[in-house]
This record gives sequence, structure tokens and C-alpha cells, in this order.
Amino acid sequence: MLFSSERISKDASDGYKVRLSIKTALGDQAYLWDEKEMFLFRSTMAYAMRGQLNQQFDVSNIIVCEETARVSFWFVVTSPLNTSNLVDKKSVEEAVRKHRNRINSAFLLTDETLEFEGIPRTLEAPFTPDTPPWLIVFGVVMGAVVAGIIVFIGFSVVQKKRKKNKKTPEDEDSEEEESRGKTMENGAANEGVYNMSFTDEERFTRI
Amino acid sequence: MAKTKDSKVEERPKWDNKVQYMLTCIGFAVGLGNVWRFPYLCQIYGGGAFLIPYLIALVFEGLPLLYLELAIGQRLRKGSIGVWNSISPLLGGVGIASMLVSFLVGIFYNTILAWVLWYFFHSFQNPLPWSQCPLNDNQTDYNVECQRSSPVNYFWYRETLNITPNIETSGSLQWWLVICLASAWCVVYICLIKGIKSMGKAVYVTATFPYLVLTIFLIRGLTLPGAIDGLVYLFTPNWDILKNPRVWLDAATQIFFSLSVAFGGLIAFSSYNEERNNCERDALLVGIINSATSLYASISIFAILGFKATTAFNSCQQDNILTLTNHFEIPDKNITLETYDQWFEHLNSTYPKEIANLPLWHCDLQTYLGQSASGTGLAFILFTEAVIEMPGSQVWAVLFFIMLLSLGLSSMFGNIEGVLTPINDLKLLPKWIPNEVVTAIICLISFLTALIFTLGSGNYWVEVFNNYVGSVPLLIIAFFEFIGVIYVHGMKNFSEDIYFMTGSRPSIFWRQCWLWISPLLLLIVLVAYVIVQAQEYPVYPAWNADREPFPGTDTLNYPEWVFAIIILLCVVPVLPIPLVALYRLILRCTKKSSARTDLNPYSNDGFQIET
Repeated sequence: MLFSSERISKDASDGYKVRLSIKTALGDQAYLWDEKEMFLFRSTMAYAMRGQLNQQFDVSNIIVCEETARVSFWFVVTSPLNTSNLVDKKSVEEAVRKHRNRINSAFLLTDETLEFEGIPRTLEAPFTPDTPPWLIVFGVVMGAVVAGIIVFIGFSVVQKKRKKNKKTPEDEDSEEEESRGKTMENGAANEGVYNMSFTDEERFTRI
Repeated sequence: MAKTKDSKVEERPKWDNKVQYMLTCIGFAVGLGNVWRFPYLCQIYGGGAFLIPYLIALVFEGLPLLYLELAIGQRLRKGSIGVWNSISPLLGGVGIASMLVSFLVGIFYNTILAWVLWYFFHSFQNPLPWSQCPLNDNQTDYNVECQRSSPVNYFWYRETLNITPNIETSGSLQWWLVICLASAWCVVYICLIKGIKSMGKAVYVTATFPYLVLTIFLIRGLTLPGAIDGLVYLFTPNWDILKNPRVWLDAATQIFFSLSVAFGGLIAFSSYNEERNNCERDALLVGIINSATSLYASISIFAILGFKATTAFNSCQQDNILTLTNHFEIPDKNITLETYDQWFEHLNSTYPKEIANLPLWHCDLQTYLGQSASGTGLAFILFTEAVIEMPGSQVWAVLFFIMLLSLGLSSMFGNIEGVLTPINDLKLLPKWIPNEVVTAIICLISFLTALIFTLGSGNYWVEVFNNYVGSVPLLIIAFFEFIGVIYVHGMKNFSEDIYFMTGSRPSIFWRQCWLWISPLLLLIVLVAYVIVQAQEYPVYPAWNADREPFPGTDTLNYPEWVFAIIILLCVVPVLPIPLVALYRLILRCTKKSSARTDLNPYSNDGFQIET
């Protein structure tokens, strides 16, 4: 028994509008929407309804109407027990939601490109790993920095100890040598008037 | 050669080579502001036209001050406090003011680096955490606040800052920010642990890496669609804007803060130089490279932002296309971005009534290009949003945040040196405390003080510090630097100093600038800046999740006690200048009977005749 399109439109409260955006999803690999694909859709929906209501739904139970070039159409589901009764919207919605993934993969589409108007997309729960990854990176960086600090400080402590040991035997002699070789700062801003006669040739530092 | 009393004279640390010194100065000058403040200013102030006031300010205000600081530090071979004490004991306060400002700026600047670290740690995930909204508690829908604003905004305001609705609500310490702050200070410490020896090695990386990343971003950015639109928008000159005095003021202040003068850091760096070094060439190089970097960065940034605007525009168009396609049952992909306009015309003429009823967006590329921001808004919201759209987002995110880290670190070195060098020179701490410990103590104190910025209201406090500490006090300090060197130390003496160091006296351009052009400009800028700030009661943008309409920020008045703190932040750093002058004057008056402490810097104790 075929339902006329007027019947379906009036019964739109129990039907769902479906929109497919095949070219958006697949680009060059897009397949043509023909009656074979429609057959696949009807059988996929029958499969989903079987899973939901545990009744022997068949392809003939899925009625499709108002097909457009957009690739959009309305469909209603008739009950296998009594083909003049329509299955209510809620059951159809639940069936679609439960089997959304399988329905999508049959057509190589996604929730956005295979749209059931009125049925919201399933939300993808963001994947949260047990240890937040940022703590791992933090641990690595901090570990390296703290290790570096300890190495540096340890190094300078060791160096100072060595200097102390070396200095105590040769105390007075080396001090004289050291202080003569070093540049002196006497703390005054100006050494008086700079006397030019003692300038050396090298005035510019070269990089 | 007279021996000093202390026979264990420690040689003043020196740079390993000239390159280290130049890189350190350039790294100090080139900071976050070059990347996120200059492009913004360029954009809002008429693009290419902004370069005119900017370059004028550079030549007449920035370069003279830079040259002055480098010369005086190199000649007197002391940190900021020592230098001003040497010029005149009455001016010692200028050095203390520099030190205080360096400390205060250092603590909030490193908080920004802590935020950068946080984002850096999060850039190693796929997908990037700021690209999706988390689910709400019931797992039924996405988080409300996130849906209403955007995942990027949510990640910044909620997951990073956990910001409170206003500055009075302090919230609690955010533990994740505390550990990021601790890491930031540890990184700074390890680079400064051996003073300029370790810092000099660190700057090889931190000063050069940003240029590498900017180049990579430039090449990548230019190959993205919409980059040219962004660049055109940035650089299209709008000559009328030059009539607005605000533009000149902002150009002058931007150059000033960009070059990092008056912090005392540059004086400290040049004090470790050899005495005979051509500081004129150094100053010119640092100034020009700083401005060139700003320009270069703005090209890279705006190429990427142009791409972002184009992507937003395209997705707006795609929404419209979907609406039209669904409504008129047109086959999928018949309407494309290119053919949209024609289709729209056709449909509008055939079904005008239906079109009028459809919820179509008005998509305008210029609106998207105009959505600019400066500061943290640019880095953590706009740029992160752009990065999500680029293929291979993680790589670009990691590169971007390492670049910000390097830029910030090299500036931090200058800030901390501006505090450490005076402490070491004045021998404020006993000799037996090694330098590493002094550095550690400074870093620890800074870290503890900076914990305020990890509270819920931390971001608001960073804004306060950023706007008020790093502005008026610096202008005042710089003004006194001019007075101190040119008028107290004397132009003649300073010319002789430069002759001693470089072998030629400063040209008439420098002399005129130092004598009156630059101090006058600085005074005008200072007065104008204070007037502009004082005209309106200070306000701040607050992120309030309960606000209607959302997203957007509330503009709230600062409460009275915060206003008082603002005044304090502007005044306290410059208080030492009059206080120390007064103190020394009083000392001099009371000590007149005994040995005369002349204000004459020529008085060398060795020649004092005691009657």
C-alpha cells in the first residue's frame, strides 16, 4: 500500500526530514544519489527500527516522499504489525540516535552531512586522558631546569672548595700578583682631567 | 697604582665577546610589546601613516636616550644606582627609582611568561584544548559559558585564569598558575645563575630564536589564503589620523617603552663592557633593530590575522550558503563561495520575500579584519584561534609560544639585572654571600610577590601594573636622566667621556637632542600622558560570565582602594628621587663643619687637604 505525498505531509508530525550533503562530505569521491542509494537508506532505517522495537521491520515499512535535488526527503515508518499505523516519532528518533553511527557509515557521511531534521547530533565527549598531558610536559621541563640548577650550584661549590684549598698554601705571594694585574676602580667618577699624553693607539674595540 | 683596602679585589664581570653584549641589549629591547603592541597600534592608527610619528619619535627621543644610557653606563662602569651616585649624590634617587621600577615590572612580566608556559605545556595535545568546548557536569550538553563565548575565550578566561567577575573579588590561588609561575622563575634563575656569564650564553638562543620563528610564520602566513588582505588592511595609510594628537602621544610612548630605557638594565649591561667601545654604533644598532623587528613582526602577525579573518568570513558565507541550499532545495555544492553572490542576486530577485525571512548573516571581511587586539588578547585569543585553523596546529602553537617565551625571557634578564647590578655594586649584602644566592633570593622574593597575580583576579592586577607602573614613573626617570647627565654632569664632561670611549666627540645632532630636543619632547609626552590619563576615571574590562549580552567584557570603574594603589604605583617608584636629594642635602648641611662632601664630582679624596 502506497501512501500519497499529501498523506505524508499531513502526517508530518510522525515523519522526519532528511538532508544529505554528499558532495560536501566526500568532494571528488561523491557518489550519485539514485534509487539504489535510496534502497540502502530504507533498508538501513528498517535495520535501525528492528534494533529498536524488536519487530520485523522491512524495507517496505519505510516510506519516502518529497525527494528533491538537494537530496532531501521525508520519510515515515509504518508498523509491520499493521501497515496503516505509523510508528511514533519518539521511537524513530531513539532508533536513529542509537544506530546513528551505523547509519552514517553506511553512507560514508557524518552527523552534519546526513542530517535528520529535529534530531540533534550526538555530542563527542572530548577525550580526557587520565594524566593531563600538560603535567607531563611540565614535569619534563621543570625536571630539566631543576637538574640544571643543582648541577650549576654543585659545580660552583666544588670550584670554590678547590680554590680555597689551592689558596691557603700560597697566600701572600699570589695576592700581590693578583691585585697588580687587575683593573682598579677607585670609586671616583672622574679621574680628574683625562691626560691625553698617555693614550694608547688602540682606541676602538673591534667586534 | 693605588691598591684598594680590600686586597681581594674582584674583577668586574665582562662580556665574553661583543656579540653577547649586542644580543643582550637587543633581546632586552625587543620584547613582547614588539609583537603584540606595535602591530595593534599600527592598525588602529592608520597603518602606514603611523610609521611617520613612530620614526620621528625614534630619531628624536628614543635614540638619544638610548645612546645616553649606554654611554654613561660604559663610562662609569656601575649599575644604575652607582652611576647616579657618581654623577651627583643628590641624584642617587634616580638609580633607586630605576631599581624599583625594574623590580615591579619584572614581577608582572614574568607572570605573563607563566601564562605563556601554561599554553606551551598545553600545545602538545591533539586536538588543542582551546579548540573544543568541554561537556557540562551532566554530560548532556557543552558547557554553557563556553558555548556562549567561544572555546578559545573559555580556555583563556576560565581554564587558564579562572577569572573573577571583577577586581574586588579576589578568588583563591590557582594552583596550576602557581606552578607555572614557579617554573617561569626557575627558568629565569637558571639563566641568570652565573650572572652575565650564563646570561650571555642564554641570549644566543633567546635573542635569535624569535627571528627564526617570525620568519617561519611569515613564510607560512604569506602562503595562507587571506594573508594579503590582512597586510593591506594593516598598511593602508590613513593620513587624516596624523591630525589626532593622540597618535603622536602613543607613538612616542610606544618607542619609549619599546626600547626599555630608564629601567637601569641597559646601564647595567653596558657597564660590563670594555671602556673603549663604540657605544654610538651600539645605540644606533639596538634602536634600529628594535624598530625593524616591530615592523617585521607586524607583517608576520597580520598575515596570520588576515588568514583568520578570511576563514571567519568564509565560514560566515558557508552558513549562509547552507541556509539557502536547505531552504530552496538546491543541490549540494551548487552554491559555492565563488558563486554565492550570483546565486544570491538571482534568488533575491525571484523570491525576495522568502529571502527577507531567512536568517542570513551579513558577512563583511572588513569587520573581521577590524577585530584586533593587543596584548594578551592578541596572543591568547586571536592567535590561538588562528592556529587552530592552520594545518598542523600543534607545531605552530608550540613555535609561537616558544617565541613568546624567548622574547619575554630576554627582556626579563634586563629587568632582573636592573635589580641585581645595583645590589652587587652597592655591596648591600655581605661579601660572603655568593652571587648565586643573591640571585636566588631576588627570584624567590619576586616569585612570592607575584603570587597576587595567580589569584582569580590576577589578570586585572597585571593590567593595573602594566598600565601604571611601566608608564609614568619611567617617563619621569628618563627626564631626570637627561637632567642628570647633561646638566649636572655637564655636556662638556659627557663629550669628553664619549671622546675617551669612542675617539670622537658627539656630533651636533646628538648634542642638540640631548640639550633640549629630547628632554622637551619627553616633558611634553609626560604632561600629555598624565593629562590624558587624568581626564577619565580609570576603567578596566571585566569578564563576567553572567553578563547579558555575552560574550564581551564589562567596562567597570576601578574601586577606590584600587585607585589609591594605582596612585601609589605611579608615585612610590619616583619618590626616592626627591627623598634622596633631600636626605643628602640635609647630610651635607649638618656635616659642613667636618670634611666637606662636595657636590663636585671632580673631588678625589686622595687630594683632600685637611686643615
